This record gives sequence, C-alpha cells and structure tokens, in this order.
Amino acid sequence: MLDAEFFRRWMTATAAAVDREATRLTELDSPIGDADHGSNLRRGFTAVATVLEKEAPGTPGAVLVLAGRQLISTVGGASGPLYGTLLRRTGKELGDAPEVSAEQLAAALRAGVEAVTKLGGAVPGDKTMVDALDPAVAALATSFSAAARAAAAGAEATVPLIARKGRASYLGERSIGHQDPGATSSALLIAALAEAAGEDGAGA
Amino acid sequence: MTESPLVGIVLVSHSGPVATAVVDLASGLAGGKALAPVAAAGGTPDGGLGTSADLIAAAARSVDRGAGVALLVDLGSAVLTVKALLAEDDELPPGSRLVDAPFVEGAVAAVVTASAGADLDAVEAAAREAYAYRKE
Repeated sequence: MLDAEFFRRWMTATAAAVDREATRLTELDSPIGDADHGSNLRRGFTAVATVLEKEAPGTPGAVLVLAGRQLISTVGGASGPLYGTLLRRTGKELGDAPEVSAEQLAAALRAGVEAVTKLGGAVPGDKTMVDALDPAVAALATSFSAAARAAAAGAEATVPLIARKGRASYLGERSIGHQDPGATSSALLIAALAEAAGEDGAGA
Repeated sequence: MTESPLVGIVLVSHSGPVATAVVDLASGLAGGKALAPVAAAGGTPDGGLGTSADLIAAAARSVDRGAGVALLVDLGSAVLTVKALLAEDDELPPGSRLVDAPFVEGAVAAVVTASAGADLDAVEAAAREAYAYRKE
C-alpha cells in the first residue's frame, strides 16, 4: 500500500529530476516554444517540495491536491494549470484514504490524465504531455517501472509528430524533428514515481 | 438605472501592460457615469510575461459586487489557468465565468454592456458577439 510519505517522495523526486533536467527542458522548448518550460517547472516543483515539507498533508489525496494547487499558482505558464490539474484531479480521485493501492493510483491517474485532456483539448498524437502520460497510465497496470519506460518511449515518439496544441502548433510542419518538452517533463514525473517506489525503471 | 449590482470584468493577458492598457481603453470608451468594475490581471507578479493564478483570483475578488464576474483572456496559459481555477469551487467568486471573446473588442463590449447594468448573460453575449464584427 502507498501512504502519504510515498506520495511526498514522488513529488520530491520529481522536483529533483526537474531541477536536474531544467536546462534540457528549456533547450527542447527553445525551437518550438518560448524557452521557459524548464525554469517554469523548476519554480513550480521547488514550491511543491517546500509546501509539502511545511504542511505535511496526512493522506495521499491531500498531498497531490496541495501539490496541484501549488503548481497552478506558481508556474506562470501553461504547464502550471496542466500539471496542476493532473495532480489535483488524481488527488481528488484518491479521496481521504490514509493508504491506497497501486491499482487505485492507476485508476486515479487515469482520471487525472482525462482531466488534462479535457482542459487542454489534446488527444494522443498531438505532440503534448498526453503522449507520455497516456501510455504510462496504461502500463501502470504492469508495474511502476513499465510505466516509466512507456512514458519515456512516448516522449521520444513525439519527435516526428506535428504539434497541434499550444504555441508549437503555430509552427506546423516546422515542429517536426523536435521532442516535445511537455512529454519530456511528463516522462520525468512518471520516472520519479518509479523512483519513489524503489523501482529503477527510468531507463535511458 | 436600477439598484442592482454591476457585473465585474477581469482582463487576463500574458502581459501586464497589455492588460492595464485594455482596461483603460475599455473604460475610456464606456465613458458614462456608472462604470462597471474592471480589473487587470496581466503577466506574472514579478512583472514578467506569463499568467498568475494569484493575480487573477485577486482581480476577480476586487470586481465582485455579487452580480457575477466575466473573465476575458488572451491565449494559452491565460485560458488554461482561468479554466483550472473555475474547476475549483472556492478559487474565484461565485458566478465567475470565462467569456470566449476576442480580447480587445470583447473587453470593450463587455465593459460597455456591464456599465449599462446588464446581467452576466447579456455581458457574455455582447463580448462573444464581438467575434462577428468583420473589418472589411
């Protein structure tokens, strides 16, 4: 079973990964975005780690709802409401149970991804974070490490796609050949989940 | 003019100066004695380009007179942030609504209509209608 401490570890591991990869995320965001993805997410997840330490919510759901709210209020770019909605919706699905099973997390994360899809209007293949999250949620039924591998593969598979959402969509075919920054950071989020579970599934 | 409260308007842009200037433009064109409350929520709190959920929530509270709040947005994260805030019950005042309208023209239409004492539905309709004004 997964307790609040597990979810706090997940968020802390995500903050560390985003901090480590911030430069790369911003570089990916330079040719097709506005070159702020790494710095925006770093600001957001740093604030998440800080508030979780300070307030120490007692349930898995409360950890994710607080993390999501923090992202919405601190990121300043589109990734704030998108990641914020993902975590907040997932947290609400988990309710106020003190511990949840991996199956419950998988179902809740599925609802979170659906909320992101509804908010941003993206479907798989649009070259967005959904391209990493969607296969990750499907693979979560197998294991955390399988989900991490699926997310990483999904992010890499955005390279040949044409962006259909957000600023990159203005570029049309010129967005081909670049890996989507949002899918890349989503792969970090799922890799951090495997890390929190003690499964080294992040792969390359 | 009735005694009923006026609809509030919030203008959300990636840029602080754009949001403030459009507030000035819409208020100036609305003229009149009873001007609807209008607030800008532009850029990030440190003055950069972007969207701030806190600035949006504060602006919405500042124009809320109990008749609802119409939020007009420019693009991208401004749209997504307002939608994410509306998905929560307690982030924005009751009766807050994202109005799908062109930012400048819609703002003028919304402020003029709200200042005339129209309700939130009428303010929204006037702002949306601005999409139909062709320029040639």
